[in-house]
Amino acid sequence: MKYATEYRDPAVARALVAAIKKDVADYPGAMTLMEVCGTHTMSIYQHGIRSLLPPQIRLISGPGCPVCVTPIDYVDKAVAYARQADVIIATFGDMVRVPGSTSSLQREQAGGAQVKIVYSPLDAVALAEKHPEKKIIFLGVGFETTTPTVAGSIVAAKQKGLSNYFVLGAHKTIPTPMAVLTSDPELKVDGYLCPAHVSAVIGSDAYRPLVAQHNVPCVVTGFEPLDMLRGIQLLARQVIAGEARVETEYSRIVKPAGNKKAQALLAEVFEPCDTPWRGIGVIPASGLRIRQAYAAFDAERQLPVEVEESKEHQGCLCGEILKGKVRPTDCPLFRTGCTPENPVGACMVSSEGTCAAEYKYGC
Amino acid sequence: MKNDVILLGHGSGGKLSHQLLDELIIPTLSQVAQRDQNDAAVLEGIDSSRLAFTTDSYVVDPIIFPGGNIGDLAINGTVNDLAMSGARPLAISVGLILEEGLPLTELRVVLEAMKLAADKAGIRIVTGDTKVVPRGKGDKIFINTSGIGVFDHQLKISGSGAKPGDRVIINGSIGDHGMAVLASREGLDLQSDIASDSMALNQLVAKLLQEFGAAVHVLRDPTRGGVATTLKEIALQSQVDICLQEDELPIGDAVAGACAILGLDPLFVANEGKLLAIVAADQADGALQLMRSHPEGAGAAIIGEVVAESNGRVIMQTAIGGTRAIEMLAGEQLPRIC
Repeated sequence: MKYATEYRDPAVARALVAAIKKDVADYPGAMTLMEVCGTHTMSIYQHGIRSLLPPQIRLISGPGCPVCVTPIDYVDKAVAYARQADVIIATFGDMVRVPGSTSSLQREQAGGAQVKIVYSPLDAVALAEKHPEKKIIFLGVGFETTTPTVAGSIVAAKQKGLSNYFVLGAHKTIPTPMAVLTSDPELKVDGYLCPAHVSAVIGSDAYRPLVAQHNVPCVVTGFEPLDMLRGIQLLARQVIAGEARVETEYSRIVKPAGNKKAQALLAEVFEPCDTPWRGIGVIPASGLRIRQAYAAFDAERQLPVEVEESKEHQGCLCGEILKGKVRPTDCPLFRTGCTPENPVGACMVSSEGTCAAEYKYGC
Repeated sequence: MKNDVILLGHGSGGKLSHQLLDELIIPTLSQVAQRDQNDAAVLEGIDSSRLAFTTDSYVVDPIIFPGGNIGDLAINGTVNDLAMSGARPLAISVGLILEEGLPLTELRVVLEAMKLAADKAGIRIVTGDTKVVPRGKGDKIFINTSGIGVFDHQLKISGSGAKPGDRVIINGSIGDHGMAVLASREGLDLQSDIASDSMALNQLVAKLLQEFGAAVHVLRDPTRGGVATTLKEIALQSQVDICLQEDELPIGDAVAGACAILGLDPLFVANEGKLLAIVAADQADGALQLMRSHPEGAGAAIIGEVVAESNGRVIMQTAIGGTRAIEMLAGEQLPRIC
């Protein structure tokens, strides 16, 4: 780990902040820069980046946390599966606490349901091998960063001849919702800090159509504090100059064409589909579903289940927060009706959620 | 045939129970002669009008992890709770809840670690109890320890003693225990050797109080909830603001790396051999030097300062010069780590 010294150098940070202040000194009003990556959200809070920036730069968080953008009926479906005696739900940790309409996986677990937290989809495949008498359902929630690993798990399950491994998919892709947010007249996004790891898979060229169609600057940015400051600087300069290009601050990891191997694996197992985003609605071709050739591993196709009627929680502003229209502190439930111990919306649950970050680190 | 696992009968109170006690538990832990075994331990010759008394239960999974096991953890944890009140730990009880089927070899390893830890801390194991629960109704071994300590001084150490100007000192690196247990339980191959920091701190505390007495305003061990939660508790109890300096925090590269991968914040990860001392400003450097001259405090550092009287905020000056708030841990960051 050299990051502590290389990408967190206080002197360099001070110089960058001074340069940003100088760059924007004459900018009339404030520019709105949006990040669409949960790890960026966390980094901004964790390093106190907002407190360093001049008032001309307003940072807002978009739909970058995969758990947060997953609609409530998906959680309800996972709960319905968890209630079946022969099912083990395998999932990344955050999903366990996300409230559904009337229950959560955590509550079902306390009532006897089998819910296992895994750190990789391959751990879920291992569970399926170990428990041939059970159906293992992996909750496939995530962007292009994690989806190739889910594809890998399905290919591995097929090679092993497993018939008890299933994926309940809610996979989403990143550039598409950015186009929707950019066209939203209520939300004037002046530029995007594009995600780091998603871009490592899809490549920085993936933002070219967005830039071409909507004339909005994009800078692919890393997570470390100096990455963030440099990304903000590059973005602010484009905004001031009235330019719109794809730039890559995180070039040590992100290449224009991305990771071909991961893309091929993803395309082997998944195909684009329309999918609903919490707070935004259905966005055409913004999701990924399992191809027919791998239908044997698709929980929804193989395991029909009756799900309760889904109901969003009254007063929860997750949807507006995900679009960057309001800040967590604008939500009437924030810190009172909705806390990390007793979350109402997914934004408060996920460690990458905007509300959880504001609760944990906000001054 | 010789038994090599715990049977339900070992908890019956009958012959098997006596065998387990006489052949394994008592010889390992206390060497109390059979004729001296009674329903309660009698502690004689305590010349103190003030006692400290504490209890803690240990359910860590796995029971053996890099840097220790549930046995030494159960001794060190209770010894440290006594020490943080400023007391000299004197005697400790051991309640064992064993799951049917637990291999006796594992029980022996745990008991031997307890004895070693107790000897090292200079505390006597004076009483105990053993129960057995059916397979599947417990998880290998749960331990409860209660401890009694006496005071050799008139100092009142409590969480409400922090004053503006005081310095915040920690005796070494942050987050080792929680990450060691997590890595070992989840089989995470982090390609590094993170070991638990489990150790008794009573001797370090005794020296600190001997030397700096009334200048030591608060002592706390940042176990579950980590350094962040403990400091927030102190800030609230003392009604002060505490400001931490991110670049002064001693965090090992392996722990920092593992936390970054798993999305955890080391400030919220548990420690089992760490203390936070809030010390008057003019004595802080001396206290730091004293800590650093002892093995339990070799990695000590001043990590922050009590900045003002207020309603109890903890803020951090980040390495790049920003500021952010620090709140208590919400929910479980890592379950069953102690």
